[in-house]
Amino acid sequence: MTAVPRTRRIGSRATRRLVDWGLPVIALVVLVALWWLATIVFSIEQFLVPAPDDVIEAFIGQSGFLLEQTWVTLLETVQGFAVAVVVGISTAMSIAGSRLLEKMIYPLLLAVNAVPKIAIAPILVVWLGFGPFPKIVMVFLLCFFPIVISTATGLKSTPAELTELVRSYDASRLQVFVKVRFPYALPQVMVGLKTAISLAVIGAVIAEFVGADAGLGFVIVQSGASADTPLAFAAMALLGVISIVLFYGLNALEKVILPWAEENR
Amino acid sequence: MIKLTHVSHVFAGRQGEVHALDDITLEVRRNELVTLVGRSGCGKSTMLRMVAGLLRPSSGTVTVAGEPVGKPRQDVSFMFQRAALLPWRTVLDNVLLPVEILRLDRAAKRRRAHELLELVGLAGFEKRLPHELSGGMQQRASLCRSLIQDPLVLLMDEPFSALDALTREELSIELQRIRMEREMTIVFVTHSIEEAVLLADRVAVLSPRPGRLRKIIDVDIPRPRTLGRNAYADRVAEVSAELHELLMPAPMAPEGAG
Repeated sequence: MTAVPRTRRIGSRATRRLVDWGLPVIALVVLVALWWLATIVFSIEQFLVPAPDDVIEAFIGQSGFLLEQTWVTLLETVQGFAVAVVVGISTAMSIAGSRLLEKMIYPLLLAVNAVPKIAIAPILVVWLGFGPFPKIVMVFLLCFFPIVISTATGLKSTPAELTELVRSYDASRLQVFVKVRFPYALPQVMVGLKTAISLAVIGAVIAEFVGADAGLGFVIVQSGASADTPLAFAAMALLGVISIVLFYGLNALEKVILPWAEENR
Repeated sequence: MIKLTHVSHVFAGRQGEVHALDDITLEVRRNELVTLVGRSGCGKSTMLRMVAGLLRPSSGTVTVAGEPVGKPRQDVSFMFQRAALLPWRTVLDNVLLPVEILRLDRAAKRRRAHELLELVGLAGFEKRLPHELSGGMQQRASLCRSLIQDPLVLLMDEPFSALDALTREELSIELQRIRMEREMTIVFVTHSIEEAVLLADRVAVLSPRPGRLRKIIDVDIPRPRTLGRNAYADRVAEVSAELHELLMPAPMAPEGAG
């Protein structure tokens, strides 16, 4: 009697890590070099496409200001996302728990989701002003649907054999939910969260474009107006960093709390 | 221990009603192992689910220990064709799942779980996750889970049918050993003649559509039984042949005859 080995991949851990991280880094370096070369060869004006060193200069020159704005955007993103997680998962639970609610709410949700949320941004400013609040609402709106839909799907995908198993112990609805349905849905919930976190940053930036006095989106709009393209590029790079950190943070969290998920899907 | 009296079951199918079971009367005695054999669609699983309280008969009565079955009972446990382990729980925690749901004594059951895992050869695998085990080991863990509540009745729905032939026989032998350690009434659904003869005190043969009780055969072969070299080979062959004849359709009459 033998157990299935824990890992099936070939190659030592160190080699794998080198390949996983090394190759994308090489690609990045090549891309930046090409960009640099293009700005020199075609002698492109700085206010059109700044060279990498201009961007770095802009970042170093105004690093305090930029980090402050990054913090503003990050905070809006995380707050909106957190609200969407709480409201989204509870909504999905009520949808999955009651057929009546499902039939009532689901079509409505899909219809509302079909409205481009960006269209609401100016109205949010009218309603809620220029502070962080309309941004949080925008982030929430973008994150809410993927979370609801994937959580509801996960909650409805419990295999029949597991449902029958707990039924044979005459388990209560709460027990079935806590012991089987919810944990079983978690990998699917994570899929929704990962989709949502990528949208969250977009939501924050859109809201900042429309009306704001702080945040990276605001910096981009301002530097566009004053043709300070290197600063806009630095702000874009920081937005990219926020997105990547948040996404891989969720990824790491998934690996820690759902070690079984990868093997079962 | 288990009594089915004039039990019938009708499903609402796509093309009208489907008679899954028709007027079944069967009594399983205390500590007896009865195997239900029959071709697919003869209502074996339906019968088992009625005893488990997962399904209500359309007519007739089912009793366990003299009481009519309304909902699932704590002293009746069910083992499925698939291991149905929760993928995020370790082997030990999977075995202890019924203890949590039924709110039994945790400390005592923990010790019992270790004993059971040892008994089926899973000692040392308590902390593993199900996906790290082979199919046979998963089904062993599932067997431990169905024994953890010390049931009076164990209902087994083709529990070994997804396993390879050797693992399957190994598990059948382990089941006999467990029965020697602790007495239990077992109803075992299978479509394997070998398995039916190896395990059963009595074999109940069902005929399909509608599921009717065709015959009950006593298997008076001494235990422990194995499928290999065997002092009672003649008797095993005889019972197997009888079952085979009952399950296979009669050869067609030659054309033009009559």
